[in-house]
Amino acid sequence: MRKVWDIHGGIHPQQNKSQSNQHAIVSAGIPDQLIFPLSQHIGAPAAPIVEVGQRVLKGQTLAAAKGFVSVPVHASTSGEVIAIEQRVIPHPSGMTAPCIIVKPDGRDEWITLSGIGDFTTVEKSVLLKRIGDSGIAGMGGAGFPSAVKLSTRDDHNIETLIINGTECEPYITADDLLMRERADEIIEGSKILRHLINPAKEVLIGVEDNKPEAIAALQQAAEGSGIDIVPFPTKYPSGGEKQLIEILTGKEVPCGGLPADVGIVCQNIGTTVAIYRAVKFGEPLISRITTVTGYACKEQRNFEVLLGSPVSFLLDQCGFSQEDCTRLIMGGPMMGFTLENSDVPVVKTTNCLLAPTREEFPPPPPAQACIRCGMCAEACPVSLLPQQLYWFARGKEYEKLEAHNLMDCIECGACSFSCPSNIPLVQYYRASKADIRQQKQDNIKSDQSKLRFEARQQRLEREAIEKEAKRKARREKAHAASNDGSGKVDAVQAAIERARAKKEGQLSDPAQAAIEKAMARRSGTEATAPRDKASLEQAVASAEKRLASASEKLASAEQEGADTAAAFRVAVDKMTAKLEQAKTALTGFVEAPVTNTDSDPAQAAIARAMANRQTQENLSEGDKLEQTIASLEKRLLKARDKLTTAEAAGDDNASIMADAVTKLEGKLADANNQRANKA
Amino acid sequence: MALLKITSPHAHGPMSTARVMQLVMLATVPGVITLSYFFGLGVISNIIFACIVALLAESLVLILRKKPLQFYLGDCSALVTAILLGIAMPPGSPWWLIMVGVGFAILIAKHIYGGMGYNPFNPAMVGYVVLLISYPLEMTHWAAPLGSFEGSTPGLIDAFSALLFGHESVDAVTMATPLDLLKQNNSLLIDDLWLQNPQFGRWAGLGWEWANLAFLAGGLFLLSQRVFTWHAPISMLISLTIMSLFFYDNGSSASGGSPLFHLLSGATMFGAFFIVTDPVTSAVSNKGRIIYGASIGVLLYLIRSWGNYPDAIAFSVLLMNFAAPLLDYYTQPRTYGHQKKARNEGDGK
Repeated sequence: MRKVWDIHGGIHPQQNKSQSNQHAIVSAGIPDQLIFPLSQHIGAPAAPIVEVGQRVLKGQTLAAAKGFVSVPVHASTSGEVIAIEQRVIPHPSGMTAPCIIVKPDGRDEWITLSGIGDFTTVEKSVLLKRIGDSGIAGMGGAGFPSAVKLSTRDDHNIETLIINGTECEPYITADDLLMRERADEIIEGSKILRHLINPAKEVLIGVEDNKPEAIAALQQAAEGSGIDIVPFPTKYPSGGEKQLIEILTGKEVPCGGLPADVGIVCQNIGTTVAIYRAVKFGEPLISRITTVTGYACKEQRNFEVLLGSPVSFLLDQCGFSQEDCTRLIMGGPMMGFTLENSDVPVVKTTNCLLAPTREEFPPPPPAQACIRCGMCAEACPVSLLPQQLYWFARGKEYEKLEAHNLMDCIECGACSFSCPSNIPLVQYYRASKADIRQQKQDNIKSDQSKLRFEARQQRLEREAIEKEAKRKARREKAHAASNDGSGKVDAVQAAIERARAKKEGQLSDPAQAAIEKAMARRSGTEATAPRDKASLEQAVASAEKRLASASEKLASAEQEGADTAAAFRVAVDKMTAKLEQAKTALTGFVEAPVTNTDSDPAQAAIARAMANRQTQENLSEGDKLEQTIASLEKRLLKARDKLTTAEAAGDDNASIMADAVTKLEGKLADANNQRANKA
Repeated sequence: MALLKITSPHAHGPMSTARVMQLVMLATVPGVITLSYFFGLGVISNIIFACIVALLAESLVLILRKKPLQFYLGDCSALVTAILLGIAMPPGSPWWLIMVGVGFAILIAKHIYGGMGYNPFNPAMVGYVVLLISYPLEMTHWAAPLGSFEGSTPGLIDAFSALLFGHESVDAVTMATPLDLLKQNNSLLIDDLWLQNPQFGRWAGLGWEWANLAFLAGGLFLLSQRVFTWHAPISMLISLTIMSLFFYDNGSSASGGSPLFHLLSGATMFGAFFIVTDPVTSAVSNKGRIIYGASIGVLLYLIRSWGNYPDAIAFSVLLMNFAAPLLDYYTQPRTYGHQKKARNEGDGK
């Protein structure tokens, strides 16, 4: 017998498989309505290719695969598409998603099928396409598109093909019954898979030793095929892909890697059968085996059920008692999720419907404090420390959670199962994982916006510096021009004046500001020229005053016959002379206030600005309009030019430019209208 | 349709915290019976009174913290603390001694830190150490084992009168324990020491060796029930054996005692299976538990041989309680699919 390895941890929950594996698989029949969610797999949802009211045949494609990681959805019986709408889908959140609703016509009419007789003579790519087109996705639970999984990269040297017949979850017996009843199809399917991932050295079908009938049936069917049936001790969760790989080969799939990285491809039993039927008969995936169990059902058994059948349709056939059932679980008791109602459909991954009574699964008692007993760590199949993760999860210590490999948790539930304090550990991990993912996305987002912000700041700074440099250059140039005294005041100078005035915001009238500025400048440059009139006048006034007081003093001194009279007389003479000087200066200033008007650039600027303003004010409205139209026409011409060049170059901005042209045309038309009105 | 919305897993194992505690209590029974046989019913009076004090103290805290009494008393953790401390104290201890010890264990060592699951130190051992330091006389007042003197061990009436009125009220025979005797010995060869002192019994002390074997049996029962893993207790016993082998010195007058003597005397087995295995205060990973247990064994021997106290379970355990978080930090197991243990990456340390 082949050597098998043991995985770390694991638990031995009550099997509860004998309730449902005593009866043969029966067909569930055709329900009144079929609901096909567009997304029953991992990857992009399929896109509908049928219309409401259209008649469809059994096996007809309802929705086509969209992208590489996606599979199509097929009608599971003939009938009429009555709606394409949002329906509640089987999902832990109870959310709705787009579904195609088909009303069966009861005729169960097939499309024409074409099988591939000898698959060994067909190209691999053809087989893979057939598997993909048949809508086959992993039927063990995850629902990963099988064709994608089988398209192994060339650098992966696949040595081992593993067919997963573990079915380690309690209660579920769908694969068990399939192996018992259709062992031949499983072996044939395995041969197709072996051919596909050639050169697989070995094909192993791993089955837990609690299914002796299945093992016997497979062994009989596999005789002479070179396919190994490997029984191994029952333990949950041996059926996890990574766990099964470790059990059968002793190899571990590296963290973040694929089984293909260690030369292994794994497929589920149900998937193998589906692939066989798709290749051999051309049948798309339209039905599956589903276990209906739990003591709220009188009859517990396995059904071959058409995909899209409502859960209630199955439950009704089993004598389901609403009163006894406290929770309805899709999947097994360890990893299944509760359904809010029984209207949701059976999908490609629905391996079990579990309707337990209150006695079977009583409501969970309140959680007690963690006593760090370590039973969870003993049970963990991936050697985590759940008790530590629990503390970190409660403290929201995400970095520590990641350092303790939270992301390697497979959420098998073994820790929660064995926790004596009834702590819902897996729930904490799920929440923390979601938080961490969210946080990572947020981090990426904030990093990006930080980069954007910094780039913008840099750009603004750079622009400011460039602007300042340009401004400085212009100012210096203007300065040089004015200092030359060559007389010509250029437009730059005026513009600088205007800009400065604007910037300082002292005056609203740019022309006025320019005048003010120019005046200020003039007084600055005229440092050598005589003082202004006011100060001259002041000088005259003060000289007169002093002269008057000096004359007074002289008169009184002469009256008294003082010795100082002579000195006073000299002073008065001096004062008179000064007064005369001041008066001359004043008259000179008043008579010739400005000399050389042409050569004074500031004065020229004032004059120009004043003239400009004058013309502006003097312009009639009609003239203004004419001017506007002229400038608009000019701009329009330019814009059209640009647009043609942009279009010729295939520039992305062409459309924007076209917009601009249209706008300008509009404006021009408005202006023309105005002129016409005036006229 | 009113269906429960619950996340998986839906199935739950049979183990509960109360059951863990009850199993621990059950496992002390053989040890308690043996102790009572050799040292009198003072052991029983200790345990009963300790339990009463523990339940009262626990209730008081629960009322103060506004928690439901039945739910929290139902986890039996206070009873376990009381029983362990009751066993560790000298048989027939007076009521006030028990009250101080258990009260300190429950109120301070357990609830001040947040109650069950949050205490960094083993409450029973904190209570024990407080008593040992505060009341050294009372705490070393060990009754003589049956067979080492003429007469019988204290009965029920003697035990309860000692509980109520102290040792002076009872005409009890007390005697140094074998660990005391060995420690005080500095001239006799081990063989002569054994011959001169009948209380050394066959291997490790009259009564003591049987009590230790009884606690070993209880511990093995717990191990079989998977209440704890073998790592901490077994590594402690192994390290103690190695230490005592190393310093055995062929039974000279300077000998530290044989491995068998150390394994079966004092509180070795009781400590290994009922104190060292306390999950709350020990290391969490199996590797960490091996280091934790082995270190306790080494410390135990060091304090026994060269410290001031003849026995040292409480001190060694408390010292290693300090180290448990550090051990956790450095002994993460290798996760599936990882080449090495991914310890503390992204931790910034």
